[in-house]
Order: sequence, then C-alpha cells, then structure tokens
Amino acid sequence: MQRLLLLGDEAIAQAALDAGLSGIYAYPGTPSTEITEFVQNSKFASENNIHSSWSANEKTAMESALGMSYAGKRTMVCMKHVGLNVAADPFINSAITGANGGMIVVSADDPSMHSSQNEQDSRFYGKFALVPILEPCDQQEAYDMVHYGFDFSEKFKVPVLMRITTRMAHSRSGVIRKPDIRKQNELKMPSDLRQFVLLPAIAKKRYKNLLGNHSVFITESEASPFNRYIDGPDKSKGIIVCGIAFNYLLENFEDRKVPNPVLKIGQYPLPRNLVEKMADECDEILVIEDGYPIIEELLKGLLGRGLKVKGRLDGTLPRDGELNPNILAVALGKADTFGLPVPELVVGRPPSLCSGCPHIDSYYALTETLSDLSNGRVFSDIGCYTLGALKPYEAINSCVDMGASITMAKGAADAGLIPSVAVIGDSTFTHSGMTGLLDAINDKSPITVMILDNGTTAMTGGQESPAFGKLEDICRGLGVEEAHIRVLKPLKKYHDENVAIIKEELAYPGVSVIIPRRECIVAIDKRIRAKFKNK
Amino acid sequence: MMKRDIILAGVGGQGIISIASIIGYAALEQGMFLKQSEVHGMSQRGGDVMSNLRISHHEIASDLIPFGQADMIISIEPLEALRYLPYLSAQGWVITNIRPFNNIPNYPEIDQVLGEITRLPHHIALDADATAKEAGSTKAANIVILGAAAPFLGMAYHKLEDAIRFIFRTKGDKIIDLNLNALKAGCDFTEKHM
Repeated sequence: MQRLLLLGDEAIAQAALDAGLSGIYAYPGTPSTEITEFVQNSKFASENNIHSSWSANEKTAMESALGMSYAGKRTMVCMKHVGLNVAADPFINSAITGANGGMIVVSADDPSMHSSQNEQDSRFYGKFALVPILEPCDQQEAYDMVHYGFDFSEKFKVPVLMRITTRMAHSRSGVIRKPDIRKQNELKMPSDLRQFVLLPAIAKKRYKNLLGNHSVFITESEASPFNRYIDGPDKSKGIIVCGIAFNYLLENFEDRKVPNPVLKIGQYPLPRNLVEKMADECDEILVIEDGYPIIEELLKGLLGRGLKVKGRLDGTLPRDGELNPNILAVALGKADTFGLPVPELVVGRPPSLCSGCPHIDSYYALTETLSDLSNGRVFSDIGCYTLGALKPYEAINSCVDMGASITMAKGAADAGLIPSVAVIGDSTFTHSGMTGLLDAINDKSPITVMILDNGTTAMTGGQESPAFGKLEDICRGLGVEEAHIRVLKPLKKYHDENVAIIKEELAYPGVSVIIPRRECIVAIDKRIRAKFKNK
Repeated sequence: MMKRDIILAGVGGQGIISIASIIGYAALEQGMFLKQSEVHGMSQRGGDVMSNLRISHHEIASDLIPFGQADMIISIEPLEALRYLPYLSAQGWVITNIRPFNNIPNYPEIDQVLGEITRLPHHIALDADATAKEAGSTKAANIVILGAAAPFLGMAYHKLEDAIRFIFRTKGDKIIDLNLNALKAGCDFTEKHM
C-alpha cells in the first residue's frame, strides 16, 4: 500500500476530501492554515465543487459550516486555538442545535506559543460544549479520525471537535489512504425543521437531548478504536497519555514497549471503564497531556484525596509548555540525555519585518509624528506588523486579540489619553476591527486608526485578504467622514508628506482613518514568480 | 537496519525544507519510515528555522528528536549549526556552511563562530555558497550542504540523485543538472576532508 507523506494538517484535509466533504470554512491561523490550503489546491476539490474560500473570521466560518450541516452536507471548519474564542458563540450553540450533515470543528492548539498569544487548550471548549473530542497521536490517526468523526457526527447528530497541536499539524509522516472515496451527501433538510431554532422552549429540549447523549458518548469512547488500554506488568504506575504525547512516551522505551499499563486517549469524553480499570490495578497514575492538565484535574478532584495522580499539577511534568521525549524521560525517572551546551556567543535571531516591507515606512512615519508626545499611545493588533514591537522600531504598545487595537485605543481615549492610535492590518480589520470602529464613530472618539493595507493576509503566508479593495467603502459606510479617510503610500521618499498627514489627523478630535497602502513585498515576489511560471 | 536522526538548521528561506524533501523522498523510496517536524509561521521572516528529520527502517515513535541523540546537524548557516548542539549525540557530526547569514545587528565575530565549529570533534565545514557558485548558482548552497552530508546518511548516493531528479522534475534539465553538480561538489568535499 502506498504511503503518502503528509503533514498532520494535510492528512486531515485529504481525509475530509476522501470522506465526502462538501465545504471547508476557515480564517488563516498558524498552525491550522494548511488544512484549508490543501483543499484550495486540490484538483479533486475544484472538480467536485467543494467550497474552500476563506471566511472573514472564525465566527463567520463556524456559522457557514453550521449552515452547510443544516443542509445535510459534510463540512469542516478549521482555526487556530484562539480562533475558537472568536467562534465560541456559534460553537457552543451548535452543540445544542446539533448537526444534520456531518460537521467537524478542527482547532489547532499551540503549546509553547510558537506563534500565538497563549497556549489555551481547546479540549476545555469541547468539554464545555459537551461535544465529543478527537485527538490524534499521529498523521495516520488524524486521517482515520476524520472519517470516524463525520460518521459519528451524522449518527449522533452532533458536531465533533478535533483537537490537534502545532507539532501534530506541522509534522510529516506516511499516511495510508482509504481505498474508496465517499460521495458527497445529497441536500437533505433536518428531519425536524425546528431543530435549529434555539428559542428557550426548544433550546431546553435540545439541551436535555445533549445531556442525555453524554452517557452514550462515554459508551462510544469506551469502544473507540482511538482509546486503547495497553497492558504492562509493572502495576506500580499506570500511565494515561493523550494525543501526540503518546509518541514521546514510546520514544523512551526500547522497541516501544512500556513496562507499565498505558491508557492512550484519542477520544473524549473519557472512557470511564478504562480509567476505572487503571485506577483499580495501579498504585498511582501519571497523566501526560500536551496541553492543560484537564484529565489530571478531573481524576484528582478538588481535594486530591483518594487516587494518587501525578502530572503537571504536582510538578512531575512542567506546568506549561510543549512536552518532548526528554521531559517525559525525567518524569518517568529515566536518565535524561543532552548534547553539548550552546556556546555563549550564540545570540537569538528573532523574526523581523522583511527588508522593503511597507510597515517599516509606516512605523517610521508614525513614530516620528508621535515623538513630541508622551510614549505609549499606539495600540496594535495581530499580524506581521506586531513585529513592530521589537527593535529597532519599538513602535507599538499592545497586541491582545484580533481587532483589539481599535477598541483599546477608543477605551484609552475615553479615559483621556488623547490622541490614541490604533494600528491594524487590512484583513485583521475586516476580521474583527469593523465593529469596534463603529463604536468609535458612534462616540466620536478622538482616535486615529491606521489600517496598514498590504493587500494580503501576510503573516500566515499571503492568503487572499477579504478586505481587498473595500477598505475606503467600509470606512465610509460605517460613518468615517470622507475628509478623514487618508490614503498614503508608505515609501521613504514620501516620508515627510506622510508625517504631515498623520500629524493633521492626530489633531482631529474625532475618528480618522489613515490607510498606508503598498503591497507586501513577499506577495509581489510570489506574484511575479507565478507570472513567470505561467509564461 | 539503520536509522538517522537529523537536525536541519538555517535561516528562513535558505532551503532546509528542500533538503528534508530530498532525503525524505529517498528514504520513502527505500521503504523506510519517516517523521519530519518543521516550523511555520512566526519563525519565518528571517528568523531561525529548524526541522527534525527522522528516517528509520523501524517504526519511529516521536516526531521530535530527543536532546543528545541526533546523529547529525545539517546547517546552511554556521551560527545556526551551533544553536542546536544540545541535540547532538556524542558521536554525532555537524555538517555546516561557513558563510554567515548576517541579518541581525549583534551577529558575533565570524572567526569565533567558526572557531566553535572547528573545536567540535566531528565536523565538516565548507563554504557552500562558493562551491554552489562554481557548480552554477549560489541558490544551490543548500544542495551542496546536502551533498556534504551524503556520506553520513547511510544510503546509496544515487538514491539522493534520483530524489533530486524527482523533486526538481518540473524545473527542467538545467536546474536538475545544476543541483546534481552541487550535490557532487559537496560530497567530494566531505570525502576529501573526512
């Protein structure tokens, strides 16, 4: 059988295509982006009319997916972990409405924050919403779980959450595809047309239905091929291990044979009978989770009396950060290994704005304009331009969540910090900045919003920006005065001119929008290469 | 039965993923198992990048190579080669370019960087940019480094050539030949200096 070499993300996308996907919805976010890109680049997907264009944000993506599920088709919605915060409202409620066509929500967590603001664990959301969770340990399992997840979702009429991590998403391994490609579902309305109407009277019934299904989900977990009890002779310690951490555990033993009983978890809610079996036959339980200590906390309970449970909470494993084979070696009482220390002269090489990046010129102009004022007035956002926080620019004072630049600037202006400045990218603006701008306009807040328009979603690799060509119209439509929508060309030769314009708008006691517009230089490079290739 | 645990290092855009693809293709063609973990997103933009590449005739457990257990570090940049020394096993080799990629204000003195490399018991250090230029283009510096690592990979040299032909199959014969020359030049260097 031929093995395909696939990233975890790609294995998930390939599986979705093989399992009868009709549409994928997403906003780009590392490490989840490649799932949707794989479908976008698939000839099979375009030939079969499978929807794959980007959504404006994760909430619109989740809702579109729910609509596709309502219409009876199989759908997948993908995001990075913090994207699930944005989509939390439809996600939690989709558990109450339930699904019609199979619906899988993929959330990619980022333990150790390789490219994120936090390392929140999406399994909390699954537990919160009371939906089943799938967590693959390798690329093959990721592939297999998608098929299983769609079937599960349709059988029990519930969305299924699939939780992966950066390492899972961006690690490549051989995957064997299923021999048959499943056809897409026909359009098929929900059997009860009031299923999705969450008026209290109906929602109460739907919620009871969901609660009633919980014990069924547990029974399913107990029989799941992804939850395995692997017996071992040494009962002094049992090991519960989730997702990719399973591989780090096996790495520590010759021929991958662990002497202790191991319960490998790949599906939640937890398989109660298997956990019980381990608690009965082992003196203590080590819980290994590449994320928050969710299972550990559950087993320990509030007081920690009874079961002897070890993991992240008692210091057997570090409380935060991504796991690896060495961390597990120490937790298992085995000898750690280490090569040579890094020589002292080795310095960091942090990512930086590309040479020629338009943001550089925007920041130099803004910083000069603000130089007469006290420091700390620039609220920024999520994107390449967040690198403006680092040397040599040190031009921004915040980066919190998508869209927060505008609303934080407004709040600071409300508090009396005038002028306050927001710096936000074009696609971040249409993701979550527009509503905040409306708040500022309605209050006539004295803020200056710079929408850095490089024409692409650059940070995640240059995806199409939903804002493209629409920024002035959106600002006008929301109510920004025509005279205070200013478009600049961020180039060194216009520096003085740009400084003068920013100065004028900072002085205006209402909402101004400045749009420095110049294409991302990486995007230009890509465009020219593509043109050259097509010739 | 053989296994190789390889740390690939460089700066975003230097082509470590191409090296990984070539070794990976050659390994898969021989029926080997493979796991390769790489960095996307924030770490690009001129930052340091590294990839864990594991190939083996046995099934591989972890996506990450444990510290102290890598068989080699293959680096397209000398400072980056040093950054991952904690991964290297006691018998492990460092195969690196000596040409610095200087995009930071505090890049250390290059002589000191190279001094650290030559102090290592098992190292191959060459000017891959110059070698690649002789082979036809400095863009092939990554393939020169791959060639320099070839004698340590435990696979027949022609398997790597086949992989290059496959990976660059859409680029035309000129590019393929250039890369085959670059591979050969790197390999020759190592065989002369081992």
